[in-house]
Amino acid sequence: MDNALNTPAAVEMRNITKRFGSVVANDSVSLEIRRGEILALLGENGSGKTTLMNMLSGIYFPDAGEILINGQPVVIKSPKDAFGLGIGMIHQHFKLVDVLTAAENIVLGLEGKMDLKEAAKKINSICKAYGFDVDPHQKIYDMSVSQKQTVEIVKVLYRGADILILDEPTAVLTPQETDKLFAVLRSMRDSGKAIVIITHKMHEVEALSDRVAVLRAGKYVGSMLTKDTNAQEMTNMMVGRAVTLNIDRPVPVNPKPRIAVRNLTVRNEEGVVKLENVSFTANSGEILGIAGISGCGQKELLEAIAGLQPTESGSIVYIEDNGQEEELLGKDPLRIQEMGVALSFVPEDRLGMGLVGNMDLTDNMMLRSFRRGHSLFTDRKTPHHVAENVVHDLEVSTPSIATPVRRLSGGNVQKVLVGREITNAPSVLLTAYAVRGLDINSSYTIYDLLNRQKKDGVAVVYVGEDLDVLVELCDRILVLCSGRVSGIVDGRATDKRQLGMMMTRIGGQENG
Amino acid sequence: MANSTTKEPLIHITKRGLLPWYGAWGIRGGAILLALIFCALVTTVVTGQNPLSVYVTIFNASFSTQRRTWVLVQNIAMLLSVSLALIPAFKMKFWNLGGEGQMLAGGLATAACMICLKDVFPNWAIILCMIVGSIAAGALWGFIPAFFKAKFNTNETLFTLMMNYVATQLVAFFIIIWEVPKGAGKIGIINQQTQIGWLPVIGNYKYLLNVIVVAVLCVAMYIYLGYSKHGYEISVVGESERTAKYVGIKVSRVIIRTMLLSGAICGLTGMLLVGGTDHTLTTSITGGRGFTAVMVAWLAKFNPIWMILTSFLLVFLQRGASEISTVFGLNQSYGDILTGIILFFIVGSEFFIQYKINFRHAAGKEEAHV
Repeated sequence: MDNALNTPAAVEMRNITKRFGSVVANDSVSLEIRRGEILALLGENGSGKTTLMNMLSGIYFPDAGEILINGQPVVIKSPKDAFGLGIGMIHQHFKLVDVLTAAENIVLGLEGKMDLKEAAKKINSICKAYGFDVDPHQKIYDMSVSQKQTVEIVKVLYRGADILILDEPTAVLTPQETDKLFAVLRSMRDSGKAIVIITHKMHEVEALSDRVAVLRAGKYVGSMLTKDTNAQEMTNMMVGRAVTLNIDRPVPVNPKPRIAVRNLTVRNEEGVVKLENVSFTANSGEILGIAGISGCGQKELLEAIAGLQPTESGSIVYIEDNGQEEELLGKDPLRIQEMGVALSFVPEDRLGMGLVGNMDLTDNMMLRSFRRGHSLFTDRKTPHHVAENVVHDLEVSTPSIATPVRRLSGGNVQKVLVGREITNAPSVLLTAYAVRGLDINSSYTIYDLLNRQKKDGVAVVYVGEDLDVLVELCDRILVLCSGRVSGIVDGRATDKRQLGMMMTRIGGQENG
Repeated sequence: MANSTTKEPLIHITKRGLLPWYGAWGIRGGAILLALIFCALVTTVVTGQNPLSVYVTIFNASFSTQRRTWVLVQNIAMLLSVSLALIPAFKMKFWNLGGEGQMLAGGLATAACMICLKDVFPNWAIILCMIVGSIAAGALWGFIPAFFKAKFNTNETLFTLMMNYVATQLVAFFIIIWEVPKGAGKIGIINQQTQIGWLPVIGNYKYLLNVIVVAVLCVAMYIYLGYSKHGYEISVVGESERTAKYVGIKVSRVIIRTMLLSGAICGLTGMLLVGGTDHTLTTSITGGRGFTAVMVAWLAKFNPIWMILTSFLLVFLQRGASEISTVFGLNQSYGDILTGIILFFIVGSEFFIQYKINFRHAAGKEEAHV
């Protein structure tokens, strides 16, 4: 581990190829990762970033090509080999045991005697060195998302990793937590570690990374120093053509109250209050954003409106154009549909709730409409046309209409889901994390679709996590904080600092 | 440590793309061929018999005489019938292992009609009662576990399994009540003289009616699962209950409705056995078909048409196994061993359809099939 100049790159991947069946995930990719540098790995969904990094961390084995660590050719067969070589990966979904403490999780799986006292000491010294804040004796279930992530990072450092890979680490963090993470990453870089970060957020790339490497459709496109480039150029490289990076926000035309939620309180199955006394109105022709730290009641709120979540008290009414009100609470999705309320819902869990992964596009289009008509048999012709139209209009890239949707990439899955939900000409469109995990190009397609719905007079509810987007896209933003309404602000007059404050404290600062 | 990481792994397994149909069937055919060769080796080594004559005997068990072929076809029909009953539940991921009990319930209802109504109604009305009664009894046996699953989320595998024992004990109880002659401990042929409640025989073919009923059932089930709204709901519930709720499908209703259907077809199968061919009731009349059908359904991946093939395969092997045990004086278990080996190869071949094995240094050049 000498850090002299002219040492070989920490990692050199040469002509790495990986196929999954007939799909080429990585096509002869060569990539260098250097010490004392933060490399941002960019690419659209399905461009092979995660696959490439998974080969480095021992989860997949490449079909062809070689990997050099510190100039030495190595073979990484398992995550254990990767640890042995000092490679640690922090995955998007945390892999921690909830009922154990931080220290127990960190030493879990290590060979040799388990000495928790010694471990706690070592953990504390790591924390001191990089400015982490981890209590080794705290249980994981008591921790916030960002604390859990810190434990993951300490875990790989504890195992002696000096090459760190982070897969979309900021997806679940507030702006304040993100800043803290970035400070830590910078201090690790300065101590000579090699860091790779996979992210879709351009402003983070610009703020954090030293160098960017771009993948497109499994191929390596190029790399450059971050200071020599800009978001526009990087996006163009990822997409392969020029794209515009502005989110449109037309002024709402003639907004009218469409959904009124009044004093809604919801408890989950364990009896924990998830929503408390929530009141707001969603207007037609307007995008209402909902911001909040993840798990603050967003899911329960949307599912309550959609008729999927039992509620304790309050009311949710649908207001027709003539002002007539209809109660939605206590009705299941079928009843709501039969009442003539065109309510569409794009849930957070796309393949587990919105779509059926093993069914093809046609059968997924049918989910909403298969009951139509009195025939005992299903009509597959109409949904087939709908599927063709969605594929065509939203530029879904799929081998065919008969492909099971689980085989599509994240962005395409989302397009299929959103496409289906808007074909029924909704008057209310609820979306939960509509662009989560989507690359820039797909995200902009979705924003565009939402704006088109808004112009058509639909009341759009957009639950989001990227505050930059919320501030640019939404007309009004409701901020949830631990299941309560922290405030409703004008999207044109707020900024993400203010939203971040309101997310952590009811009403934000005194002037919030 | 450093040394151990410089070696490529000896084998590494990668997922295949979609194989063309001939590729998949080539692998399956190869697996059966390999299984036969392996069985031949085992036979020679263990028993000293000529494997070819063993195979000829297995074949003859099903095809040497017309009667044997009819027995084969009848057995296929009965096994297929139970399998058809199970697949709607299986597609819903409701593991109905209660085929035995549901069949027995149907058989019991049939026998009850034949015995208790023989002096009350004309023959056609009795047969009608048998049909309705057996379907209702089977459906009831399917409904009970479905109801508890839908309301209290009980484990359907255990529940349906337990219902089998209840049905067996009930049948044993009624056998004692209806035993002929008293003290015999069995019913014997019901209405042997009058043939009341015996299903009509088409031409001279004793089993033809059963075969026709099951063939119609097979096509109907194919259409029901693939093209009806109910079939679509079953698939959605099976794939994801959350999705089903999200689009407003009433999950508990679908579970109960589907199990009523599943049990009803099992009950009907029991009626075909009691009223159509056996004309008696014993606790072992089902012949374990409720369980064998699980294998038939899985081997065919729940496709009713493919199930004709897989039920043929299993019946053919079963009959062959018992034949070689008598012809060569081998233990009956030996035939089961051969059946086991062949099934093992067939099931194992599915792995090679999904995955490809690459050997060291040969990655990309050679691919191992089987």
